[in-house]
Amino acid sequence: MSGITVEKIWKEYGDQIVLEDISIEIEDRAFVALVGPSGCGKTTFLRMLLGQEQATRGTILLDGVPLPKEPGPDRGVVFQRYSVFPHLTVLGNVLIGKEMMAARYSGRLFGAARKAAIEEAEALIAEVGLSHALDKYPAQLSGGMQQRLALAQALIMKPKVLLLDEPFGALDPGIRAEIHTLMKRLWHENPMTVVMVTHDMREAFTLATRVVAFERLRDRPEEKLRYGATISRDIPIWPPRRAGEPSLIRPDRDGPVQKGQ
Amino acid sequence: MRWINTRPSSGMRLTLAVAPFLIVLAAYVAGSAARLADNANDKLLPGLSSFVDAINRMAVVPDGRSGQILLWTDTAASLTRLFSGIGIAVAIALVVGMLIGMLPTMRALLAPFVAAISMVPPLALLPILFIVMGLGEASKIALIAIGVTPIMIRDLALKAIELPREQIIKAETLGGSSWQIALRVVLPQILPRLFTCVRLQIGPAWLFLIAAEAISSEAGLGYRIFLVRRYLAMDVIFPYVLWITLLAVGTDYILNRLRIAIFPWSELEKNT
Repeated sequence: MSGITVEKIWKEYGDQIVLEDISIEIEDRAFVALVGPSGCGKTTFLRMLLGQEQATRGTILLDGVPLPKEPGPDRGVVFQRYSVFPHLTVLGNVLIGKEMMAARYSGRLFGAARKAAIEEAEALIAEVGLSHALDKYPAQLSGGMQQRLALAQALIMKPKVLLLDEPFGALDPGIRAEIHTLMKRLWHENPMTVVMVTHDMREAFTLATRVVAFERLRDRPEEKLRYGATISRDIPIWPPRRAGEPSLIRPDRDGPVQKGQ
Repeated sequence: MRWINTRPSSGMRLTLAVAPFLIVLAAYVAGSAARLADNANDKLLPGLSSFVDAINRMAVVPDGRSGQILLWTDTAASLTRLFSGIGIAVAIALVVGMLIGMLPTMRALLAPFVAAISMVPPLALLPILFIVMGLGEASKIALIAIGVTPIMIRDLALKAIELPREQIIKAETLGGSSWQIALRVVLPQILPRLFTCVRLQIGPAWLFLIAAEAISSEAGLGYRIFLVRRYLAMDVIFPYVLWITLLAVGTDYILNRLRIAIFPWSELEKNT
């Protein structure tokens, strides 16, 4: 289970109120897309879920337990840029999570343990379609391949929640469509809840089970400082998408995509 | 075509690169010939044949008194000091630089201190070092270390701070502790910078070395230059200066090749 409960969150930077009175219940296995104009605090909200920033007031619960005050292995993340480590190969990038979890001091695995981890990492790399690039460095990969790598790197941790901060925003449309298919498949196959920030409405409605819009309801210049953004729309997608189940009405739309497709 | 778009061919590039060296050499030969024509015993700009003599005396024939070949003894003494000093500086700079770059608490504690220390002119400390540590090797190595460490610390700390915050966050979500992130994410990414940093500090390191050797020493390239200065022995000084320059250029080149060989990704990153 990995449900998120957000209760009456406020975020202020000094006098500036960024987010006000946000409450939302995100059910287990949901795929929530956060949309809204620039500067409306979507990314700030995502960072609070990540633990990178703290709410000024209010609480966030993951499975009924308050979130720790820093990022941890139960919440994976893919950013738009700088998500992968430039000094590690594709294999090294996926392996590093396993290594850091297993070896407390050296942060490296050796012998049989390393072999097992490599096997797991290679399977995941194949899943995101990067098998041919195992020994390449990120600088040798295209933007789309780097984001696939970032997904594999996050998923090897088997996170309860996967947080995506405009992960596909910098990709061109063809590549983006491909990676959407991949993203949908990964969501169907892995037991995780996904929260994604995006500017792209089409992307939001293609992938999500629920689209949540952030907006400043009072946005006159003199109101900007003292009124933050809040949730203005919360749209469930219909017919409903459910993780791991093909849609009865339009299976081609969002059924669990078959491997190799 | 505009000048900014004009690129030399590879042959042209080589010619252009060699030209300044040849011009300086030609100017020297002309100047030397002119002075020697006036006075055959001129010592300021000796002719090329005197250089051959001097190099033979210093680098090939053993010294009459000590039985050693002076250039090699001097080079060994100087390089040992230089690399001991730089080695100590590298060790300190890596540890302190990473502490400042990664831990906000250590940054608050150490960054202002290091910033102040780096403004102390190292040569002004030389007398103190000689008084405290004696005239032996320790004070010379200490001068080099003191001279280059603060700047290396600041450079490496800056590089560590510059790492995108996203990478550190990502490492945290991959289960990394502070120590593991230091070891697996930050250290490997600042090591290439360390090589570059040492390359940039080679010049200052030589400066401190020669200054220390000039004042008190029994061997060393700087010592020799200042020793033969008394006899106006330009025929020895010029080759020594050239040799020091060659050593510095060689070190610079080797360090850069090493960086590319050990961290191939750092060169790839540069090109993206």
